[in-house]
Amino acid sequence: MDKKTIQVKSLFRPAIIVPAAVVLVLCLLPQFIKGYPLHTLTLIILYAALGSAWNWLGGFAGQASLAHAVFFGLGAYINSMLQVHFEVNPWVAMLVAMAGVGIISILVGLPVFRLSGPYFSIATIAIGEVVKIIFINWKATGGAVGMYLPIRESSLLNFQFNDKAPYYYIILAFYFVAVSITYWLKNSRSGYYFRAIKEDPQAAKALGINIVQSKLLAMVLSGMMCAMVGSFYVNFTLYIDPDNVFRFMTSVQIALIAVLGGVGSVWGPLIGSVIILLLSEGSRAYLGGIGAGLDFVIYGLMIMLIAIFQPNGIIGAVENYRKKKRLKKRQMQEATDAAKEVGDHGAA
Amino acid sequence: MPQRRWAIMALLELTGVTKRFGGLTAVDNVNLVLNEGEILGLIGPNGAGKTTLFAIIAGYLKPNEGKIVFNGVDITGKETHKIARMGMNRTFQVVKPFSDMNVVENVMVGAMMRNASVKRAREKAMDALEFCGLAHRADYLGRELTVANKKRLEVARALASDPKVLLLDEVMAGLNPSEVRDAVEFIHRIHARGVTLLVIEHVMEVIMPISHRVAVLNYGKKIVDSDPKQAVSDPEVISAYFGSTDEGRGDASC
Ligand SMILES: Nc1ncnc2c1ncn2[C@@H]1O[C@H](COP(=O)(O)OP(=O)(O)OP(=O)(O)O)[C@@H](O)[C@H]1O
Ligand SMILES: [Mg+2]
Repeated sequence: MDKKTIQVKSLFRPAIIVPAAVVLVLCLLPQFIKGYPLHTLTLIILYAALGSAWNWLGGFAGQASLAHAVFFGLGAYINSMLQVHFEVNPWVAMLVAMAGVGIISILVGLPVFRLSGPYFSIATIAIGEVVKIIFINWKATGGAVGMYLPIRESSLLNFQFNDKAPYYYIILAFYFVAVSITYWLKNSRSGYYFRAIKEDPQAAKALGINIVQSKLLAMVLSGMMCAMVGSFYVNFTLYIDPDNVFRFMTSVQIALIAVLGGVGSVWGPLIGSVIILLLSEGSRAYLGGIGAGLDFVIYGLMIMLIAIFQPNGIIGAVENYRKKKRLKKRQMQEATDAAKEVGDHGAA
Repeated sequence: MPQRRWAIMALLELTGVTKRFGGLTAVDNVNLVLNEGEILGLIGPNGAGKTTLFAIIAGYLKPNEGKIVFNGVDITGKETHKIARMGMNRTFQVVKPFSDMNVVENVMVGAMMRNASVKRAREKAMDALEFCGLAHRADYLGRELTVANKKRLEVARALASDPKVLLLDEVMAGLNPSEVRDAVEFIHRIHARGVTLLVIEHVMEVIMPISHRVAVLNYGKKIVDSDPKQAVSDPEVISAYFGSTDEGRGDASC
C-alpha cells in the first residue's frame, strides 16, 4: 500500500501535473474559442513550435541563429512548389520539404559553424537576406508576387478544411512533436553534448565531443521542424510571398520567443509566443499603421532588458529565486567545509 | 634507480616537437617518452611551455615541427575529440567546468564518451565522483564550487571517460601542505586504476613523491629527463628552476 501511495504521489508532482494541465487546456480551447481569436491562437502555437525549434540550436547548443524564418520559408516554398507544379499531395510535399531543408541546413551549417558567437548570428542574417532576394527574383516561385495554392475539397488528406479548428489541431500536434523532441534532448546524450558545447567548447572537445557534428545535428533537427511548420503555414493561408515568409523580423521574433520564455526550457517558447503574439496583434489592432513599427522598437527594448536582467527568460526567473537562496547556502557550506578540512589536518 | 614495475612500452612519444608564437619559441624541439603505467612529472618555471606542450599533445595546437605518436598511431595535428576517444584526456590549468550544469551532469558528459545511455552515464559519473571525493557536491552547479573542487571536478570528468593516459595540468596548485598529502595519495589512487599519468606541477615538493621520472622544461627546452632525485640535484635545474622563481616571469596559474 505504501508503494502505491508513493506512485500516486509521484504522479502528482508539479513536473507532471503542470504539463498535463497545459496539454489538456490546449486541446480543449477550440471548444470555447472561435473565429479570429482561434486564428491568433493557431499562430501562437505555430510560433511556439518555431521557438522550440530555435531553442534546440540557440538555447541548447548556444548557436543564436537569426535566420530561422529562412528554414520556415523554404519549407513553405518547397511544399507549395511541389503542390502547384507537380500536383504532389500536401503531406508528401511536407515530408519532401523537411528532407530538402534538412539537406540545405547541412550545406549552410558546414561553413557557418566555423564562426562563433555574434559572427555566427551576423552570417545567418546575411544568408536570410540572400535567400529572400533569390526568391523575389525567381520566376518559378512567382517572384515578388508569390504563390497561391489550389483550393481543394475539405479533407485531412488534402490538408484543407472549411473550419479553423482542424488547422489548430494539426499545428498543435506538430507543436507536441517539437515538445517531445525538447524533452528527448533534455534527457539524451545529444542534448548533454549540445549544452556542453554551449558552456565550454574547449572542455567539450577534451571529452570526445565532435563539435561540428553536434552543431549540425542541432541545425538539421531545428531546420526540419521549421520546414514542417512552414508547410503547415502555406496550407493554412493558401498563399505565400517572399516578404511574408522570409521577413528578418520573423527570425527575430522566433529567437525572441525562445529567449523570452527561457533558453533550453521545454515550455518557455509557449510562454514567449503568447507574449510576443499578443503584443504584435495588440499593437496592430490598437495602433494600426504605426503599430507595425512600434513592434520593432518593443522587440529591441525587450532584447536589451532580457540581456541585462534576465538572460534565462521567464522560466529562468521563476527558478532563479530558489537558486539564489540555494547558492548562498552552498557558498557558506563550501567555505565552512574548507575551514573544517584545514582544522582537521591541523589537529592530525 | 626506481624499480620498473611495468613492461616498458612507449604509450606516448614526442619527437622534435616545436611550437612558435610569433617570435617566441614556447616549445623548443622536445623529445619525450611516456611509458605505459608510468607517472611522469613535467616541471619547469612559469612560462616554460608546459601547458603549451599539453595543448599540442591533446590536439588543441598544431606543432610547427615534430611528431606525436600515441598508442602506435601518429596523432600529430589530429582533432582533439578523436584523440580523446583514443583514450587520452587532459584537465585544464585554468579550470573549465560546465558552469550551468550541475556536478553530476558535468561528469556525465565525460562518461558519455563510452556510454550512450544516459542512465549508465549517470551511474559511471556517480562512481567517478565518489572516487574523487565530490559525491557530496553532486547537485551543485559547476559554478558553485570552490576552485579546489572545480579542479577535482575536472579530474572526475576526465576519469569518467576511462582514459588510458591522463594529462593533469597543475591540479594541485594552491594547496596547503596537508592538502598536498591528500593530493599525492589521490594521484596514486588514479594510477592504481591503471591510468598512465603525465603530471604538470609547478611545485617540486608535490611532484617528487609521485613521479617515477621527471622531465624539466625551461624556455621551451627539455633540460633534464631523469629520476626525481637526480633531477632536483641537477645544477642546471637548480639554476634554471629555483633561480627564476623569484623573478616571476608572469604567472598564468590560476
Ligand atoms: N596562445 C598563445 N599565444 C602567444 N603566446 C603564448 C600562447 N600560449 C602561451 N604563450 C606563451 O608561451 C609561453 C609558454 O606558456 P605556457 O602557458 O605553456 O607555460 P607554462 O609552463 O604552462 O607556465 P605556468 O607554469 O605559468 O603555467 C609563455 O611565454 C606564454 O606567454
Ligand atoms: Mg601552465
